[in-house]
Formats: sequence, structure tokens, C-alpha cells
Amino acid sequence: MNTQARVEAQRSIPTAIDYKVYHDPEIFAAEQSNVFKGRTWCYLGLEAEIANAGDFRTSHVGETPVVLVRGQDGKIFAWVNRCAHKGATVCRSLRGNQADGAFVCVYHQWAYDSEGTLVGVPFRRGMKGVGGYDKDFDPANHSLEKLRVESYKGMVFGTFSSEIEPLEDFLGPVMRKYIDRVFHRPIKVLGYARQYMSGNWKLYSENSRDSYHGALLHLFYPTFGIYRQSQDSAGELTEQGFHNVFTVSKPKGDIDYTSFGDEANREMQGATKLQDERLLQFRPEIDDDVGLHIQSLFPNVVLQQIQNTLATRQIVTLGPDKTELVWTYFGYADDDEETTRHRLRNLNLVGPSGLISMEDGEAVELCQQGTIGAEGKFNFIEMGGDDVREYYAPMGMDENAVRGFWKGYLELMGDALSASTVGVPA
Amino acid sequence: MTIADPVLQGLIDSLNAAYGLCLDDGRLEDWPEFFVEDCLYQVIARENVDNGLPAAVMYCDSKGMLVDRVVALRHANVFPEQFSRHLISRAVVTGSDGNTVTAEASYAVLQTRNDGETRIYNAGKYIDRLLVKDGAARLISRTCVYDTHRIATLLATPI
Repeated sequence: MNTQARVEAQRSIPTAIDYKVYHDPEIFAAEQSNVFKGRTWCYLGLEAEIANAGDFRTSHVGETPVVLVRGQDGKIFAWVNRCAHKGATVCRSLRGNQADGAFVCVYHQWAYDSEGTLVGVPFRRGMKGVGGYDKDFDPANHSLEKLRVESYKGMVFGTFSSEIEPLEDFLGPVMRKYIDRVFHRPIKVLGYARQYMSGNWKLYSENSRDSYHGALLHLFYPTFGIYRQSQDSAGELTEQGFHNVFTVSKPKGDIDYTSFGDEANREMQGATKLQDERLLQFRPEIDDDVGLHIQSLFPNVVLQQIQNTLATRQIVTLGPDKTELVWTYFGYADDDEETTRHRLRNLNLVGPSGLISMEDGEAVELCQQGTIGAEGKFNFIEMGGDDVREYYAPMGMDENAVRGFWKGYLELMGDALSASTVGVPA
Repeated sequence: MTIADPVLQGLIDSLNAAYGLCLDDGRLEDWPEFFVEDCLYQVIARENVDNGLPAAVMYCDSKGMLVDRVVALRHANVFPEQFSRHLISRAVVTGSDGNTVTAEASYAVLQTRNDGETRIYNAGKYIDRLLVKDGAARLISRTCVYDTHRIATLLATPI
């Protein structure tokens, strides 16, 4: 394929991406403006994390530090954590409650309300007629940079774009349907884990949309002889690529999760077997047959239900080869103590120490390391075809959703990418 | 503050030293033997503990679950090739009730991967309940509360 054809491929349905996109600082900078500050809604956190007036948590949009706040009237706001005076970080804690709703920069004590509006400047009129700001100084022009904020079912998103469609339209009906199933009743946060990968954020975004690697990289299930051939699976995409969801149903017929362990032990015949099967126990609690639900919402969050684990994974892009994954684990607000303990046991499966997920961090780093100096060379994403389909079932033998990711990504990046990624054709 | 019985102090410090060396030597199969059958082992971020949140990255509430994790590490899980080095402080005995003793100790786990650089991988403290019987101490529960809440790549082997 010549260079021109590569450009065309990238602009339409990409099956080959220049490895440069994982390393180039200019591309990283272009992504910050075109993707994270472009026409997208970025996940900021859960409403349940800031339940009360004055509650706040720090978050990120791409690399940009943002604070998510619940105002005195219950409304949720988000602003860039950068003082309008000298650019200092205003909110220095990961989370907390600002009972008076005022956020004061420590440097010169410029004070902002929970909306991010400047409400106080020390010595604004100077002292004894000396110093201070000009009489034309208008605090309204010196507020924190504010984001548009919208929530869907308790997931809070923000955007820098004034043009983007409402959040619900950005997510689309299919993605909303799956968000609805996880958030069918009130939740409570169970805690956090932060996983720092020396790799590009897109490697993780591909990973969460890659059904092909599941049974090949994550060997926990086969090692303990837990085969799941009788299960239905599917991948669903939004029309423009971007988002996707994988679902795997619990086994059909008379095989259910309670017999998982027995089934495993029979099949393994003396090889490794689980000593404590409570780890894998699944208690269906949503009115369908789905035991695994992994939903990647472009550009920066994965929503999951795996067995009885519930979590969001927020992608924070700290540099071309620095990505932090913030896992926020939750359960339902009405969980009793025993149910919570069951979720904690299931949580061994996921997260940075997850028995079926820890490898993802390693895979991202291996791809980052392996593509150093590989500018002008291309990956190969043709498993299961070279197109992007809205529905693919069963999933697992395809890279349909990975192609979907690139389709959406390349559309947003437009000329910013093709100009810097691909040299002028000879 | 009371000074712990030197014999008891010695038993707990010896347990911790042996525990760290066991992991650093890669003798994972021996690791569950530091625990009683009905045990709890968890690795949890300090930010969760400080906010009253229970989610841990590892939560094993039986010895069988510890064994399962070792089997998974040996046969299933893929993680960077690495050496670990546990530096564990002298324990502070915080209480005792019959055979059961509570104690805490600070730890730092250094990690060396194939690039040869040794990094501070995880720092925190152990909060322990121990069964002291027949001249030996074993863990009833060990909660590793880690300060290093940015986990580098992944956390595979026990802390």
C-alpha cells in the first residue's frame, strides 16, 4: 500500500495506523485540542462521588486538570483547575467538601464560587489609594475556565465544545440502554485504584475495544479450566465508531454460574483448580442474562460489570507515553454488608491486580516499548474484516470495535493527524 | 506507651523478616503458610482507608484464595519480569488479647525490572492480627495499606 493509500485508509475505515501516533508529541498536543477539548463529552466522575452540596473531586479532561463540584443548590459544575491570575492550581486536594462553596487560590487568595466565578480579589482597590486594579477591572472577566456539564444516569460528563450535541445524543440509544442497565438503581462508591501505564492512551482505548485478546492474553479462565463455550456474546457499536459495548451472557440451559466450579473441576481432571470458588461466584442482579458488560465510551471512560464488580475506568492522558487509569469501584446503595464483601471478593478479578485483567497494563507497555523508532511502520487491524459494523456476534474473533475507535478518532483529528503522521507522497 | 515483651517483639519481627524474604526470593508457594486457615489478606489504597471506602486491589478471605492467587501468578497471569525487595520496619505491637496480638509495621517494596533500575514500587504499612502460639506467630489478617496509590503498570505479586 503506498503512502497516499494509507492516508485514504486512515480517513475512512482504518486497518493500519502509523505507530507514530503513540509517540509523537505533536499528535498528542493535537489530540488535546481535537479530541479531549474538541467535539466530545469527556467523563468526569460519578454524581455519587459528590453527593452533598460543597462536595468536590479533582478530575481530568485529557491532560487538563478539572474540578467537579456540587454547588449549594445541588447543581454540578466543572472548571479547569487553573487560577485566572497566575495559572496556579486552585484546588489542591483529590476530594473533599468545601462547605462555604468557596475555592481560594493559596497564592494571592483569589476566591471563586463553586461555579468557578471569581468572587473575591484581595486589595482590589489597593490600600490608601495606592495599588490595586484599575476601576475597569471586572471580576466577571477573570473567572475559571468553565466546562459545560451534563449527566446521564449518574455519570457526569463535561465538554469544552459549545457546538457539540447534547450528551444523550452523543451517547446514542444503544450506549444509553447499556448505561441504564448498570445504573438501574442508586449506587454507592466502594473505592479507587489508580494504575499508571508507561504507554499511550490509545493503546488502552484499543485494548478495551479488542475482543480478540480476551481469551489469549488473560489466561485465568483456561488455567482453572473454566470454559465458557456455551455463552452468547456480542459487540455493539455506535454508528460513527467511537463507543462500543461487549456483552457476554451467562451460560445457557441448565449450566449456570453456580455450577461453574464443578464444571471446571470435572474438566481439569487433576490439574489446577480453584480452592475457593467464591471468587467467581455470580449473583445475577440485573434483569437479563449478561454476566460481562464492558462498555468503552469515547474518548475517556470504560464502564464495566464483570460478575458482580461494577466500575468506571477513567483514562487520564498525562503525556504521549504516560497514561493513568482511575478505577472507581461501586456497588448499589442498598447492598448489605455481606453483598459488599461478595463484591470485594469478585474485585480480585479486575483492576490493577485483577486475575483476569492485570495483563492489560503490561500489554499497553509492551506495545509502547515495541513501537519506539517505528515511525512510518503500521499495525495491522484486519481481524474479522476490514469494515466497521454496528453489530458483531459472537465477538472474540474480530477487531471490529478497534476499527470503530480509529474511525471516530480519525474523523475528529482530521487534517491534524494526516498532515503530521504521513509524509508527503513521492 | 508500653514496651512489648521482647520475646513477642522478636516473634513478630522474625515473621515479618521471613515474610519479606520469602516473597523477594520468589518462593510464592510458601507465602500462604504465613497465614492461618481462616485468614484475611488485603491490599488497599490509603486514600480508600482514609475515606472509609472498602475496595481493595486484592481481597482474599481464605487461605484457599491465597493459594489460588499464587497458582494464577505461576500459570495464568502475565506481568513484567521483576525482582522485589521488602524493607520492613520493626513492628509496633498495638494490643493483645490472649493468643491474639495486633501490630503494625511500615514497609517499602522496591522493584527491579529488566531494565535494571530499582524503583520504589509500593510504600505503606501492614496492619496485622496475629495468632501467637507454640512459639511462633502466624497472620490472622494482614491489611497492606499503601501510600503509593499510583500503581506502576500493575500489582501482581503480593506485598
